[in-house]
Amino acid sequence: MVKRTPILRSLRARETFWFYVFASPWILGFLLFYFGPMIASFWLSLTNYSVLLPTRFMGFSNYSAMFEDDLLGISIWNTAYYAALAVPTSMAAGLGLAMVLNRGDLRGRSFLRSAFYVPAIMPLVAVSILWIWLLQPRFGLINTLLYFLSIKGPNWLGDPAWSKPGLVVMNLTGVGINMVIFLAALQGVPTQLYEAAELDGANRLRKFWHVTIPMISPAIFFVVVIGFINSFQVFTQAYIMTEGGPADSTLFYVLYLYRHAFNYFKMGYASAMAWLLFVVIVALTYIQFRLSLRWVHYGGQ
Amino acid sequence: MAVNRGVGDPQVTAAPTFSIYRALRLTETLAVHVVVLAGGLFFAFPFYWLIITSLKTDTQLFIWPPALIPSPVELKHYGDALEAVPLVRYFFNSLYLAVLNVLGVLFSCSIVAYAFARYRAPGSRVLFAVLLATMMLPAHVTMIPLFIVFRSLDWVDTLRPLWVPAFLGNAFFIFLLRQFFMSIPQELFDAARIDGCSEFGQYWRIMLPLSKPALTTVAIFQFQFTWNDFLGPLIYINSQDKKPLALGLQDFYKTQATVEWQQLMAASVMMVLPVVLLFFFLQRYFIEGIALTGLKG
Repeated sequence: MVKRTPILRSLRARETFWFYVFASPWILGFLLFYFGPMIASFWLSLTNYSVLLPTRFMGFSNYSAMFEDDLLGISIWNTAYYAALAVPTSMAAGLGLAMVLNRGDLRGRSFLRSAFYVPAIMPLVAVSILWIWLLQPRFGLINTLLYFLSIKGPNWLGDPAWSKPGLVVMNLTGVGINMVIFLAALQGVPTQLYEAAELDGANRLRKFWHVTIPMISPAIFFVVVIGFINSFQVFTQAYIMTEGGPADSTLFYVLYLYRHAFNYFKMGYASAMAWLLFVVIVALTYIQFRLSLRWVHYGGQ
Repeated sequence: MAVNRGVGDPQVTAAPTFSIYRALRLTETLAVHVVVLAGGLFFAFPFYWLIITSLKTDTQLFIWPPALIPSPVELKHYGDALEAVPLVRYFFNSLYLAVLNVLGVLFSCSIVAYAFARYRAPGSRVLFAVLLATMMLPAHVTMIPLFIVFRSLDWVDTLRPLWVPAFLGNAFFIFLLRQFFMSIPQELFDAARIDGCSEFGQYWRIMLPLSKPALTTVAIFQFQFTWNDFLGPLIYINSQDKKPLALGLQDFYKTQATVEWQQLMAASVMMVLPVVLLFFFLQRYFIEGIALTGLKG
């Protein structure tokens, strides 16, 4: 007993030693690229930091200035509008595709799965440039198709009323990711549940509503949470396709933040904006988690 | 048993109306295929359009209704695009960044994940919770101070800010790999240790070879992310000869006096092609990787 204690202690010490050796790249990265910048960002948000002027401490005036910034209000409205359209459409489209692809009588499933998935992995810059062309009012593919359906297509990216819906349509190119997530979830639903529901006389709609939806609710929850987080950070499309226009109709939050930081060099104000975004995302995610307790069912519960 | 049967149960009614059922079923199958085909067209068509637009002549580009098949096929836009902008240079910059980023995350994330999966140490649980928490932080919060840090290091307008961080880990990949590592039996490592294998040797000779599928998934995700990243290069790169494809392509579009659609589409094809090829060779890992992240969420 007397002899064993130091050995045990040295074993534990050895484990601790190797843990910290192997974890050191991330610990260093965390301090350099997360913790340090986080503290710095908060400090910056309390100053008028700019590359051009001497830095001065300003307390919370960057935060109070946000209330008087009309463009900020517009950018928040645009972002909320976009998220409110983009999240449900891409979720519904992803689920619809997954349900069709999950059918037993479908031929060439793996080929189709790939065909739907490939557009989702395309570089957003290339996709954006392609969609400028597709959404051209006269020679664009979308309006040509609408013409054949006897609908006069709008001037998508040139009309403040249609620029956000145009970006929502384009967002559907990325639906393949949601489809793959839903397909995996659907394949995990035990067939006995459907058989039991059939024996109880459930029709298709009821089977969908009372078996499929609860069983894949964790996947739905995941897609919705990630969808909102991503939509709140929409940037590249607006930067390339519309530059925030027309008439600030696609001036999204992160685009406005970017302009403050790297065009106007108002890095203090931009940092305050970044913190507001962080707080909103955390709050929204927290609310979704709380609400999820009511409708998300995890296996084994 | 018969009492429990529903009115519409096929077993009860099937015999007399068998052919109607079959016909209904066949129509439905047909309808499903039509829907899928329409969906497939919706997705495939834009990219078909990308390719054919890059092959059209100027007069073909602006006829209405648009031509579905370019004739004659004109390949000269690819040459013109290569002449108009240093696309080859952009391509190699992208490739350079992608390779370094992939190597960086493979090394750093696997070794850190190994630490979290294999060892208990004072503070290791807290650190793991911190790791999970950092996944919540939007990149935009740290973007500005990081820019200031890299500027003070004189790294602005070099490629370094775009690959050095990869060698210091990525929370999401560390989490993914740690979950995978946990599923590998502990006994293997105990046996190796008894045989005199060093701690690093256990990671290098046992864990890594057994984790090829998970590592491939991480490599693919990182490649795709680096290849497609736009905001990073936009912030840090100014010089023409240091731009990766994402920034170069955007620049090509913005700097044209009149938009040369065919050239733009040709340049886009060159950017999209490597990702598509990678996908077709490593499909399984793409799909499994996505499904994995979805289920773990």
